[in-house]
Amino acid sequence: MKMTPILTSLAALWIGTAALAEEFKMAVTTSFANSGLAEVLLPQIKADTGLDVQLLIVGTGQALALGAAGDVDAVLVHARAAEEKFINEGNATHRREIMYNDFIIVGPSNDGAKVKSAKTANEALQAVAKAESDFVSRGDDSGTHKMELGLWKSAGVSHEGAWYKAVGQGMGAALNTAAGMDAYILSDRASWLNFGNKANLTLVFEGDPVLFNQYAFLPVNPAKHAHVKSEAAARLEDWLTGDTAKGLIDGYAINGQKLFVFNAQPK
Amino acid sequence: MRDLAEGLSQAAHLVVTLDPDLIEITALSLKVSMGATLVACVLGLPLGAWLAVNRFVMRRFVIAILNALMGLPPVVVGLIVYVIFSRAGPLGVLGLLFTPTVMVIAQVIIITPIVASIAHQAIRDLWADYHDLLISLNASRLQRIQALLWDGRRALMTAGLAGFGRAIGEVGAIMVVGGNIDHATRVLTTAIALETGKGEFGMALALGFVLIGLSILVNLTLHMLGRTERGSRW
Repeated sequence: MKMTPILTSLAALWIGTAALAEEFKMAVTTSFANSGLAEVLLPQIKADTGLDVQLLIVGTGQALALGAAGDVDAVLVHARAAEEKFINEGNATHRREIMYNDFIIVGPSNDGAKVKSAKTANEALQAVAKAESDFVSRGDDSGTHKMELGLWKSAGVSHEGAWYKAVGQGMGAALNTAAGMDAYILSDRASWLNFGNKANLTLVFEGDPVLFNQYAFLPVNPAKHAHVKSEAAARLEDWLTGDTAKGLIDGYAINGQKLFVFNAQPK
Repeated sequence: MRDLAEGLSQAAHLVVTLDPDLIEITALSLKVSMGATLVACVLGLPLGAWLAVNRFVMRRFVIAILNALMGLPPVVVGLIVYVIFSRAGPLGVLGLLFTPTVMVIAQVIIITPIVASIAHQAIRDLWADYHDLLISLNASRLQRIQALLWDGRRALMTAGLAGFGRAIGEVGAIMVVGGNIDHATRVLTTAIALETGKGEFGMALALGFVLIGLSILVNLTLHMLGRTERGSRW
């Protein structure tokens, strides 16, 4: 039969997938992946620690769910309250802060809600709600979504109405929606700078300290999931909090704009 | 429209320069979808034939279920397979999650009903023609199925190709169970979803054009191997 050579070559391909370096699975947020920093860090991690870090790019909610199920060895996310709950439930041994970047508000270039004149993030959101301008929300339980909900709460305005569109998707898909609707949206700076379909959108608000976005590394608890690579997780944590990582993270820029600030504390 | 033109030119560039990343994800796409199609044919073709030549209680019910399963939403299949193969799930000890193997498993579940349904329909028609002949030759049930499968091979190839078509273009299930890990489980469709998320529509479209081209190539190759649609034959 003519299928035999096809079967043989399929079998050969299959065997070819066997990996050489030690594989380490880490769930990371879409915002981290979209920043492009991973492409700088991963090759150096492989060279220094021998770890072939495989990234699962999901929202913070799904990242923590993968960690809780023991399907990844560690998570790198940015949602403090959810991280602490994750640790209290025994899913991780601890959290280690690595770096931060910040959130920005992006909106239509004509700025119908006059967000540009806001002095604080609260004022910015109040302006959007007052004008009932279209606002796209991630709506996917991600770190960015949690941050946005927290901001609405502290701004003291309701975000209910036809102008508020929860898309339930990742940062990129939400930005695509905002670009298509000419709507306001909360984005992390890295995703925005790397985003290829800006259309008529522009940055309308930045710089309020409440928009600070802390990333933390959480190794999955080996007491709960015996198969996780906790020794490798410790090696990766040492690397991520070390001088090589500091240099690469602080030196990373897109179009001359610095994105991340390394702030890991030595143990 | 500018995106479309850019996509086409990027697709041409990727193919002509034999971009190593493109080759890697294309090879994995082919490997996963052809693997799933082979398994689905091994399961689905005999099942379709068996349903066509046998009469039993609930037959209509089984066929209706099979037809309905053709519309299984891939993301639901993905979630079910994820829950089963997750470390916290019943088959978690196998450690298969986020590997090409589990992507094949998910796709087999999605396309087997398609292969079996189309095969059943084709063989049922053939069976109506062959019924008297095979019965008068006193062919056993197994021999009947063999004869029908062989003589219906063209229609069965269509069944297989329909399954392959669904598999190669599928993104919902393999995104959940494969995880779209670079250099491990990234395939054409999940890469397209990723590029779309980044707003890189040109690259996303380029990969889409490669996917369409690949699908045409696979179909043409199989038709040539199967010697169908030649000038002198009907």
